[in-house]
Amino acid sequence: MGKPKETMDRPLKETVYTPDSELLSFGRLIRNMGSDLFASRELAWRLLVRNISAQYRQSLLGYAWAFIPPILTTLIWVFLQSQRVFNIADTGMPYPVFVLSGTILWQTFTEALNSPLQMVNENKSMLTKINFPREALVLAGAGQVLFNLLIRVVLLGIIMMWFKLPLHASLLLVPVGILTLVGFGLALGLLLTPLGMLYQDVGRALGFVTQAFFFLTPIIYPVPQANWAELLIKLNPVTPLLQTTRDWLIVGEASLLPAFLLVSSISTILLLIGWLMYRIAMPHLVTRMNA
Amino acid sequence: MSNHVLVNVERVSKKYCRSLKRSLWYGVQDVSREFLGRKAHHNGLRKEEFWAVNDVSFELKRGECLGLIGPNGAGKSTLLKMLNGLVKPDKGRIEIRGKVGALIELGAGFNPILTARENIFVNGTVLGFKKREIEFKFEEIVAFSGIDKFVDTPVQNFSSGMRVRLGFAVAAMLEPHVLLIDEVLAVGDARFRMKCYEHLIKLKDKGTAIIVVSHAVNHLSRITRDCMVLNAGRNLFCGEISTAISMYEEQLLGDSLGSGDITDTSASIHSVTVFNRKGEACREFTTGETVHFEIICKSKDLIRGARLIVSVESPTLGILGSFSTPYSKFCFDVTPPEIKVKLTLPSLPLLVGTYFLNISLYGPGETDYVTRSAPATSFSILGPPTNEFGYGLSNSIAFEHAWKLVKNNPLVSCSVERNT
Repeated sequence: MGKPKETMDRPLKETVYTPDSELLSFGRLIRNMGSDLFASRELAWRLLVRNISAQYRQSLLGYAWAFIPPILTTLIWVFLQSQRVFNIADTGMPYPVFVLSGTILWQTFTEALNSPLQMVNENKSMLTKINFPREALVLAGAGQVLFNLLIRVVLLGIIMMWFKLPLHASLLLVPVGILTLVGFGLALGLLLTPLGMLYQDVGRALGFVTQAFFFLTPIIYPVPQANWAELLIKLNPVTPLLQTTRDWLIVGEASLLPAFLLVSSISTILLLIGWLMYRIAMPHLVTRMNA
Repeated sequence: MSNHVLVNVERVSKKYCRSLKRSLWYGVQDVSREFLGRKAHHNGLRKEEFWAVNDVSFELKRGECLGLIGPNGAGKSTLLKMLNGLVKPDKGRIEIRGKVGALIELGAGFNPILTARENIFVNGTVLGFKKREIEFKFEEIVAFSGIDKFVDTPVQNFSSGMRVRLGFAVAAMLEPHVLLIDEVLAVGDARFRMKCYEHLIKLKDKGTAIIVVSHAVNHLSRITRDCMVLNAGRNLFCGEISTAISMYEEQLLGDSLGSGDITDTSASIHSVTVFNRKGEACREFTTGETVHFEIICKSKDLIRGARLIVSVESPTLGILGSFSTPYSKFCFDVTPPEIKVKLTLPSLPLLVGTYFLNISLYGPGETDYVTRSAPATSFSILGPPTNEFGYGLSNSIAFEHAWKLVKNNPLVSCSVERNT
């Protein structure tokens, strides 16, 4: 018989599993959420490094894939605009910069929106076999979205320098705008994850709806003035987030700041609810998963 | 004192659904109920649901080990998943004290494109280790898994055995208070398996409570004396491992009962009865007893020069040995309507467990297959107890054997004598 380890003599942490809703012991739930979030940082970092290093390893063009989609999209819109296929009001900046920045920000939002569902789907086998802080998947997903954005920002910076655009002090606020955009995407994504894990319809619909919203967000055109489209576009919650971030990045002052503040506070609340939902739903989802 | 109880499972049940569509819908219901903060509705099953684990209770203290055995779908893995907190119980209560480690599937966090080195770090972190702890144990992990030449090879180029070894080596670093193991020890070569068992015994001695699911029941006895037999989610038996194993083997037998394929309906092995030495019908024996079987073959036609082929089988190990009537130069004809043949197995060399006879009737030619008995003729050996720790007999067969000290090489013994 070996000697029992010293650590075994300390009072041990007790875990209890019962069928009752975790919400019934709300205080404990909140404490657990906090400690799990803290405990998940190292795992999230590891998963992030794993995903990033595996992402382009089996590919010839590698990191170029991060640039190719926004460049192509921009080229297409710039070409169509230059051929006068459609008329666009003054954007207040060179059109290529307008489209490229809009595309990159939109892409960041949709990636954040899809990331929770995608991460859970990709790591199903881990979820059904290992008990680890589930927050790690969401954090790693968010990290990857930001990493992809960072690569694209380099591209955007080069284009901005090419057009000799002035740098404003509001550039310092850009990270706030980006975090809000990512946070809003994550919040919606988390809220959809439980249903999305059960029914694939959610994933399919998500792709379709984001495509539709691409045209209802001022990405390739500025917010129109005084018509029905204006109302519709302004009601789109992504509009103030994207527009404000772009304004801070290039114009210097934000035109939709009140709406931005409103949407960002709502998305903070949604993010918390989404997180709670994701956490609470996970054991039920694992019950129904086959992996 | 309750501090020493590490795992306490109280009347735990879990239900699953047979149909996918309904299962998903029930999932939506359960999530919404949970999110609205309602109490779970325990009672009763919804349509197409069944109890995967039904009213199971047990308790495990420090340094104890419990084996879980049972046929496929008995609820063993579901029970482990509940203990690990992966799924919630539908009834009952589970209390676990201390850090829980689970080897449910080795290498579940492996990414095939990444190298072994990278995967060790990923998998280690998934299991809850800090970077520094992994760096500290890195050499040990590589040595334990024996993959030192392949540390920088992508895991997709590994053989499945290597992957399992790497997975176990990473997981073996865990020194949890409670360890859950699901069937992972059935893989890998024999030498590595031994290493794994040694490691588990070491953990147990340090005070880890271990719960292990295995189909390799004869290996199980290496690390535990207590075993729970599950069937259809229910706890059939919990206690001494040899009783548990023979119970499990009886169950396996029960599943295959009546599956004998009778091709020629004009003849059949009507019944096989087991008797003890005194001629009483009996199914329970001890090692070394003489066992008699009475085989009744029915036939409408005369079968000249018939042969009987008998194999002694174990439900877990398969066929242990076969013999036939021609070997003993025993000749007989099957005459209508029936004949009775008596078979004697003197001083049966089988150890504790459940066994059965599979009897086939053939004609004189090699391929003259007539009929086969359904594997219904089972009997159990209840004693004497076996010993897995190297102080007695163990596993299935009691080999007759003898020991003798042969005199040492004279030169050596001379030198020994001179020294003393």
